[in-house]
Amino acid sequence: MDSGLSVHLRSAAPIPLAADFACASGEVIGLVGPSGSGKSTILRCIAGLRRPSEGKVVAAGQVWLDTASGIDERPQARAAGMVFQNYALFPHMTALANVAAAVPEGDRLARARALLELVHLAGLEDRRPAQLSGGQQQRVAIARALARDPKVLLLDEPFAAVDQVTRRKLQRELVLLRRSVSMPIVLVTHDLEEAAMLSDRMCILHRGQTLQVAPPAELMTRPATPLVARLIDLRNVFDGRIEAHDAAAQTSLLRWRDRLLEAAYAPHFAAGERVSWVIPPGAVVLHRRDRPSRGERENPVSGVVGEFVALGDTANLSMQLDGSEDLIIAFSVPLHVARRNGVDKGEAITVSLLKEGIHCMPAEAN
Amino acid sequence: MDWSALTLSLQLGIWTILLLLPIAVIAARVLAYHRFPGRGLVEAALLLPLVLPPTVIGYYLLTAFGGASPVGVLWERAFGTPLVFSFSGLVAASVLINLPFAVQPMQRGFEAIPRDVLDAAACCGMSRWRIFTTIEAPLAWPGIVTGLVLSFAHTLGEFGVVLMVGGSIPGQTRTISIAIYDRVQAFDERAAGLMAATLLCLAVAALGLTYALSRRLDRKHG
Repeated sequence: MDSGLSVHLRSAAPIPLAADFACASGEVIGLVGPSGSGKSTILRCIAGLRRPSEGKVVAAGQVWLDTASGIDERPQARAAGMVFQNYALFPHMTALANVAAAVPEGDRLARARALLELVHLAGLEDRRPAQLSGGQQQRVAIARALARDPKVLLLDEPFAAVDQVTRRKLQRELVLLRRSVSMPIVLVTHDLEEAAMLSDRMCILHRGQTLQVAPPAELMTRPATPLVARLIDLRNVFDGRIEAHDAAAQTSLLRWRDRLLEAAYAPHFAAGERVSWVIPPGAVVLHRRDRPSRGERENPVSGVVGEFVALGDTANLSMQLDGSEDLIIAFSVPLHVARRNGVDKGEAITVSLLKEGIHCMPAEAN
Repeated sequence: MDWSALTLSLQLGIWTILLLLPIAVIAARVLAYHRFPGRGLVEAALLLPLVLPPTVIGYYLLTAFGGASPVGVLWERAFGTPLVFSFSGLVAASVLINLPFAVQPMQRGFEAIPRDVLDAAACCGMSRWRIFTTIEAPLAWPGIVTGLVLSFAHTLGEFGVVLMVGGSIPGQTRTISIAIYDRVQAFDERAAGLMAATLLCLAVAALGLTYALSRRLDRKHG
């Protein structure tokens, strides 16, 4: 039997849910979405703390929830290790007692000690939660979640309550911890960057609905819909029309206003069909002024720099096209490249939209 | 000093809190954790003894416990003695009128436990009983003890209800507050003053303990 997790949830109220995803053992799936998108509710449904009106949750071959056949195991009977957003440690117990409370049987204290060692807390066993830093509390919470030998590890915004430096450290530790545990891990976060860094696959949620489940790199370059593109903060989303397909060249021709662009081959759209398309900032290449460079003939587009924001070593640019302030392509270049090319607000520039970066999606219903 | 009245009052107080403990804890948990239709009515009904004149409560309890009432008949059939004008009747009345004093602080104690902490306990695989004994009770104990102390102190001082339901039978239903009234009527100022001072000390001690505990509860859950 499969040792992974599969989740199907439906609910109309109080929070609408239409969530479907699976997570293989050893895999980290990141549930991402704005606040109120139902991320925590989904975790609670998996743990058995909340009951959806319809649903099926299977973990390691065990049916935890199946509303169709009336199965709804209590949280105690579901081997789910859960790390709560504010850790929810037992405030009156020591770190050791917190972890030992979740060890099902045998020498509870010895097992709890070993787990605290695993999360680098040896020596702090006798401290109470109030005597531990945020990062240390989070580690106790992780040790406690692992104490049940869970079939699934559920992490609800585990890095939200700590400062930036601790967050980076704990994130690295989670990556290392993954290697020593083999269960599926569901990570809830509203931080896209964090999800992209820590997850094998990301699951984009909007109003309780799973819109797309894909590896971060695929998601960032090939979002399924314009809504997904916006939720993952891709700004270059435009409308266009498919003109023709060229199977031999693996190219689709895309009409965008008065331009004809070569786009990644998308034969599932008929010629003449209206589409939305997106280009990630990384596929927008600035032309050099002093000499021609690679890809200059690939979808050259000219415009005027509307916004120039230097953030650290990176210049974030927006290029206005056709003299319109609403039609902009956002991209970034290293700051020294921008300087060397004399790029600044109001300057005319030309960029190439790399063909492979242009991804067509079903048109957005107006 | 009427020692038998003081002993009787202390016994009444102890029986009252022993019986109140499970009843009030159950009621406090239900009110703290559950939302149900009629919850407001239940909470209001629990507060009734605080606003009704003791003689009114005493009158209704006398009627409810009397030989003509189903409760009184059942009691007499089971134990062979009437419930009114007996120590048992006093205990029953005392439990009922002390419900608001016991339930309110306990409810506050349970409400102060974060929901996530209880959920985390369930996710740790702990049974409901184990969650109650190892998480809820240790976190809510200042509220539980406060409820019991307040009930105990209030029981010692209760006059109207006790007089209505129990009368003033020496050694059976004459509590210390009734004895004080008796002594004043008999112009025995010294005995009345001594007993009043005893009650005053007990009340001050109870309030001191209650405040210390509620500060502890606030600190714990801040």
